[in-house]
Amino acid sequence: MSATDTSEPNRRDFLYVATGMAGVVGAGALAWPFIDQMRPDASTLAASSIEVDVSSVTPGMSLTVKWRGKPVFIRNRTPEEIKAAQEVPLAELKDPVARNANIAADAPANDIDRTAGEGKENWMVMVGVCTHLGCVPLGQQGDFGGWFCPCHGSHYDTAGRIRKGPAPENLHIPNFQFISDTTIRVG
Amino acid sequence: MSGGHSTYSPKTGIGRWIDARMPLPRLVHDSFVSYPVPRNLNYAYTFGGILSIMLVAQILTGVVLAMHYANDTTLAFQSVEKIMRDVNSGWLLRYMHSNGASFFFIAVYIHIMRGLYYGSYKAPRELLWILGCIIYLLMMATGFMGYVLPWGQMSFWGATVITGFFTAIPLVGEWVQQLLLGGFAVDNPTLNRFFALHYLLPFMIAGVVILHVWALHVVGQTNPTGIEVKSKTDTVAFTPYATIKDGFAMVVFLAVFAYFIFYIPNYLGHPDNYIQADSLKTPAHIVPEWYYLPFYAILRAITFNIGPIDSKLGGVLAMFGSIAVLFVVPWLDTSKVRSAVYRPWYKLFFWLFVINAIFLGWLGSKPAEGLYIPLMQISTLYYFAFFLIIMPVLGLIETPRRLPNSITEAVLEKNKGGSAHPAGATAAPETRG
Repeated sequence: MSATDTSEPNRRDFLYVATGMAGVVGAGALAWPFIDQMRPDASTLAASSIEVDVSSVTPGMSLTVKWRGKPVFIRNRTPEEIKAAQEVPLAELKDPVARNANIAADAPANDIDRTAGEGKENWMVMVGVCTHLGCVPLGQQGDFGGWFCPCHGSHYDTAGRIRKGPAPENLHIPNFQFISDTTIRVG
Repeated sequence: MSGGHSTYSPKTGIGRWIDARMPLPRLVHDSFVSYPVPRNLNYAYTFGGILSIMLVAQILTGVVLAMHYANDTTLAFQSVEKIMRDVNSGWLLRYMHSNGASFFFIAVYIHIMRGLYYGSYKAPRELLWILGCIIYLLMMATGFMGYVLPWGQMSFWGATVITGFFTAIPLVGEWVQQLLLGGFAVDNPTLNRFFALHYLLPFMIAGVVILHVWALHVVGQTNPTGIEVKSKTDTVAFTPYATIKDGFAMVVFLAVFAYFIFYIPNYLGHPDNYIQADSLKTPAHIVPEWYYLPFYAILRAITFNIGPIDSKLGGVLAMFGSIAVLFVVPWLDTSKVRSAVYRPWYKLFFWLFVINAIFLGWLGSKPAEGLYIPLMQISTLYYFAFFLIIMPVLGLIETPRRLPNSITEAVLEKNKGGSAHPAGATAAPETRG
């Protein structure tokens, strides 16, 4: 071969590029299943809906149920609690968004939008996980008579809205609906 | 290896046969027998050796504990109790392992403080220091995941809080958290993967330890004067001088370790971890193991938003930042003098740093309320100011004390000030510094 021929791609160049590409693409394709296997598996995702009978929960009572490995607070609020929550001006809220999966994502955190809705303002259904670092807040405690997280001192009001402490968001409200007058489906 | 060439000469035929094929005995001889160490090393320099045996002890006890442990949320708690009650010597092995983690951290903190005091991180030892920081990070990950395995209340809620850090990351936070947990909350998939990683990471630590020791043996050890070795009289051979000193320090350290194992085995633990994990009930007061407390205080000190960063992300960034800052210490310290012995102001700020770190640890064990919050904030401020302001500024404005010309001179001066040694005897290498 003459000197000029070596600038043309030859068999060695082809093998070099092909091996390199197989290495890069192969390593990338192989890496994904190793990451993917860590995500929640099918059985975890399947256990995503529960039905709860709330006929025995009278005003002033709460129920904690387990959903997706997390506690869900169901509370039948007293008229005083409803009144206290309704009287809070929106400007005083640390997190002004409702965080309610059943309504628009940017809905304001009015008391009514935090509850089961018109006519069912007494019902609160919330994921009982502090939005700070995931502890379970204690009911009817703290400076606002709602929930209080003992881990890092977050205070929530009677509508589960963050009022004081390090938590950034109101307690989240999962997808739920009353499938009868006394039964709630969560998820 | 401080420029010295190998002095190993095998005495037997088998020794020569091996040396010509795979000179491992030569490597050991050059690294741990004839290796020259500064003659003035004090007991603060024995913690590297102590850390090595603690790593080995943790791996040995861990491997045998794994033979009796059940890696499943329905069985884990009972299997640990079975180790304590039924397995022969199980109580001892488990107490060795759980207290061993604490003593591993006691040793590493003294080792790190030694490095900060004598300026061990300064050129040419930056990579040596960074490898140490990596080991420390791996230790923290290993310790955290190990604490989850007994599946007690503190295991569960500690894991919940710590994996909750990742939800502070904007956009991908929740995805990352679910990736770590394998679900929506800490559960069986989490326990399974933590066990697998808890078994793996110590071997990764062992790998980085080899790099750490390799880097150490390239640049040589520092010493209390911070002056580099200049002549043969500045050093003694690793064996017997350093070996016996390390060995004696290990015996004393292990005696204290044994006292904890046999007399107060749960002193450093938390009683709530003897209650099985309950995902619906948070303990009144979640605290991590004592060795993470200073960082836990820093996490909780940030109770305010900083511009676009909310308090949650701010706390997590401050906590990770408090460890990340260690990696750049070699470039933050502007002083030309290595050792605090010759830096009167640095010495003062260093001891304030140590007291502050212990105070932060105490604050970490307290609830985040009332007066504790401003104290956490002041203490966190000093922690960062020490690295980011004091270290760079002090190096430029401080007037150091006069440095001796060599290690030997420093040793001779010190002995002159003390008891009346004959001048000739102090020049001999076997004199203690």
